Amino acid sequence: MDPGFVDLSRLQFALTALYHFLFVPLTLGLSFLLVIMECIYVMTGREIWRQVTRFWGRIFGINFVLGVATGLTMEFEFGTNWSYFSSYAGDIFGAPLAIEGLMAFFLEATFVGLMFFGWNRLSRVGHLFATFMVALGTNLSALWILIANGWMQNPVGARFNPETMRMEVVDFGAVLFNPVAQAKFVHTVSAGYVIASVMVLGVSALYLLQDRWHQVARRSMAVAASFGLAASLSAVVLGDESGYTLSDNQKMKLAAVEAAWHTAPAPAGITVFGFPDARAHVTRAAIDVPWVLGLIATRSLDTPVIGIEELVAKAQDRIVSGLVAYKAVQALKRNPNDLAAREALALHQHDLGYALLLRRSMRDPSQATPAQIEAAAWDTVPDVPVLFWAFRAMAAIGFAMIALFAIAFVLCTLRRFDRRWFLLCAVAALPLPWIAAELGWVVAELGRQPWAIDGVLPTGLAPSSLTRAQLWVTLVGFTLIYGTLAVIEFGLIVRTVRHGPDEHDEAPPLPGNLPATPLVA
Amino acid sequence: MHSLFDYPTLRVIWWALLGVLLIGFALADGWDLGVCALLPFLGRTDQERRMMINSVGPTWEGNQVWFILGGGAIFAAWPFVYAASFSGFYLAMFVVLAALIMRPVGFKYRSKKPEASWRARWDGALFVGGLVPALVFGVAVGNVLQGVPIRLDDDLRVSFEGSFLGLFTPTTLLCGLLSVSMMLLHGSSFLAIRLEHGALHERARRVGMATAILSVLLFAAGGLDMAFGGIGFRLSGAVDPAGPSNPLRADTVAEAGGWLLNFAAHPWMMIAPALGFGGAVLALFGLSRRSDVLPLAGSALSSAGIIATVGLSMFPFVMPSSVDAHSSLLVWNASSSARTLFNMLISTVILLPLVLLYTAWVYRVLWGRVTGAEVIANRDFY
Repeated sequence: MDPGFVDLSRLQFALTALYHFLFVPLTLGLSFLLVIMECIYVMTGREIWRQVTRFWGRIFGINFVLGVATGLTMEFEFGTNWSYFSSYAGDIFGAPLAIEGLMAFFLEATFVGLMFFGWNRLSRVGHLFATFMVALGTNLSALWILIANGWMQNPVGARFNPETMRMEVVDFGAVLFNPVAQAKFVHTVSAGYVIASVMVLGVSALYLLQDRWHQVARRSMAVAASFGLAASLSAVVLGDESGYTLSDNQKMKLAAVEAAWHTAPAPAGITVFGFPDARAHVTRAAIDVPWVLGLIATRSLDTPVIGIEELVAKAQDRIVSGLVAYKAVQALKRNPNDLAAREALALHQHDLGYALLLRRSMRDPSQATPAQIEAAAWDTVPDVPVLFWAFRAMAAIGFAMIALFAIAFVLCTLRRFDRRWFLLCAVAALPLPWIAAELGWVVAELGRQPWAIDGVLPTGLAPSSLTRAQLWVTLVGFTLIYGTLAVIEFGLIVRTVRHGPDEHDEAPPLPGNLPATPLVA
Repeated sequence: MHSLFDYPTLRVIWWALLGVLLIGFALADGWDLGVCALLPFLGRTDQERRMMINSVGPTWEGNQVWFILGGGAIFAAWPFVYAASFSGFYLAMFVVLAALIMRPVGFKYRSKKPEASWRARWDGALFVGGLVPALVFGVAVGNVLQGVPIRLDDDLRVSFEGSFLGLFTPTTLLCGLLSVSMMLLHGSSFLAIRLEHGALHERARRVGMATAILSVLLFAAGGLDMAFGGIGFRLSGAVDPAGPSNPLRADTVAEAGGWLLNFAAHPWMMIAPALGFGGAVLALFGLSRRSDVLPLAGSALSSAGIIATVGLSMFPFVMPSSVDAHSSLLVWNASSSARTLFNMLISTVILLPLVLLYTAWVYRVLWGRVTGAEVIANRDFY
């Protein structure tokens, strides 16, 4: 398949996914912050907490719809742009997406209407219940989509079926309880809680700096500080590196993130700083801290962290083994009852995907020369410098967030809401967790390359059979639509923040009959 | 594990569930689409438009999940159909997504500023978000009835050999118009039960009566097209209903009038088109008698009947190929494995009733006629 075309498909997916992921984490976290705030309102019955809840609820609403709107694209993009991936893995990958719809989307979307429109139609507890259902729904949707994504990272419980030429599920429980998915879920929702806490903290700090809305701002800040501290600790400590020891490709991702060109004796040190050179396979100007990586990655002192060169050598063996499986599949296409081929496939099928690495550039991989096999093995190394730096920037922001919330927590406990330097820091921190979240996506998904499904299906084979012209139309189209909506959304959030929690002179209720302007103006 | 149901039974269940999902989407989100498409024509003042928007405002979001779930469920149960249809109808799908993206933001952002120009722009967005998906879904169904130029290679990689403009033929446009008419009827029937009596209500009622008649005419035209338009397919060899999901093993052939064969062989299937016509007539009757419930019941039955007619006429075809005898997607060769179908069935049996239960509760809490006074007084309204 045309590599430029594959890159365009990837660009579109990255664009739409990264954009979607600007809104979703805020939804994940703010929904639970709303639950906490409304809980306090229900328990104390104090009107100020109702005001706090409703104010953040308005911001939640503006953000929520864009998460929903951009999520529509995601649900169908596998079919529109990655149709071979979809038919090759739909037997496993489709199920979590469908269950996500049934269990999570219905819940959040049905109750979100009640949350916004039910203030006068429900009891206090009834409304709190609706808010909680929204929070539960959004977080369940994160669970199911990460079960799907976790399977792409660590494809457990599935087997290639030569009769249907696709992967099929053999153990659904293994897919559900995939350890990679669980690590990702905890890490991702924690990141979402951090984003929402930073948002609430930063806007509250802004109000305090401007000497406005003290009552709402102090209370919001107290909630955000405690929730944010717990969330940032959880996001950093329970980072999803814990899953990076499970498969060869996950090991490769870890090695790339750490620029570990060679296997180091256990326990491995961590390179805090350096310049990875992808050609010479060394990291220049490296500053190493002993022991730490081994502890983080393997949770032990005696398990080595495997280096890139050793993993490439292993990939090369797996390609050779995969070619046996590939030839068997070709034989079974001609004669489904070829017993020898069935047996060969059964023995080598876990390496079949490695032979498909060759299929990206040649019609018939069974003709591959040793040099081509070696080159394909080196293709299993993702972009080391990008991963190295993206991971470090993300981790640095993570630690900065812990510090920010720790200080916020202390100041809130001491009721010192007047420390200007801190308030300025809190406002300045506003964009940071979003940057970290986007970088986290880059580490997870760029680190998965060259695989769409780790060890099973190379990304280069996964796209739909489309033309470049079609892709350019949608790429430009989505960019324009998303860009416009981003500007409008940002404007509305700024407007809502500037307006503040007061509801008495808001825009919507217009007196009288305003003449509607004609549709086509 | 799945000894309870054999593979063919699971496939038929999931074929029926696909129909249930499509009908669920047409019924639940249908009135949202219809109301949005009618917005600039029925609502003559900002207050009237806000009455229309708020009649669906609190519940449209949950309704839209039927569409998303449709995508997920086709992916899980019919991966080949998911892959072939969405990549084949690539640009049409983009148009639908672009239009649907306008809807959430339109509902939410319209009321955020008082300026007439701001609101008019979002009215336009909501109109597009209502009309375009209804039209394109109909056109897509029309294309499936006509046969889609898809071809599978020996790796079962699907490619589409048509073009975007090729999707629009007299037959597919007829289906598109019928779909729009269905949604408009459903939307105006919904407005008839949700709006306070008055000028706006009266307008909705009249549009409803017109679209009820239109739906009957277009559905009849569709039937004639199926009989005399040279459309249809049939199997030309034996297919094992329990066989592996590999479309290359089936043999299909185009045959004019092929979509009527099922009705000839199984006359009970005529219930579906009868519902399609009868429902629209019931809606017309209810609207003319100023009944509350009958129009909505009628339009719901009509939509369900029309969708069921399409499904039954094509069985066991899901997506016939117009260019290759071995690339048609059938109930018997395009599904997931028996294990996945069974697991998904269990999930659905547990979760779908829950969804229906709490959706009904939410509707009950939010039910009642939207009045002009309330639109002005209630700060939570859009």
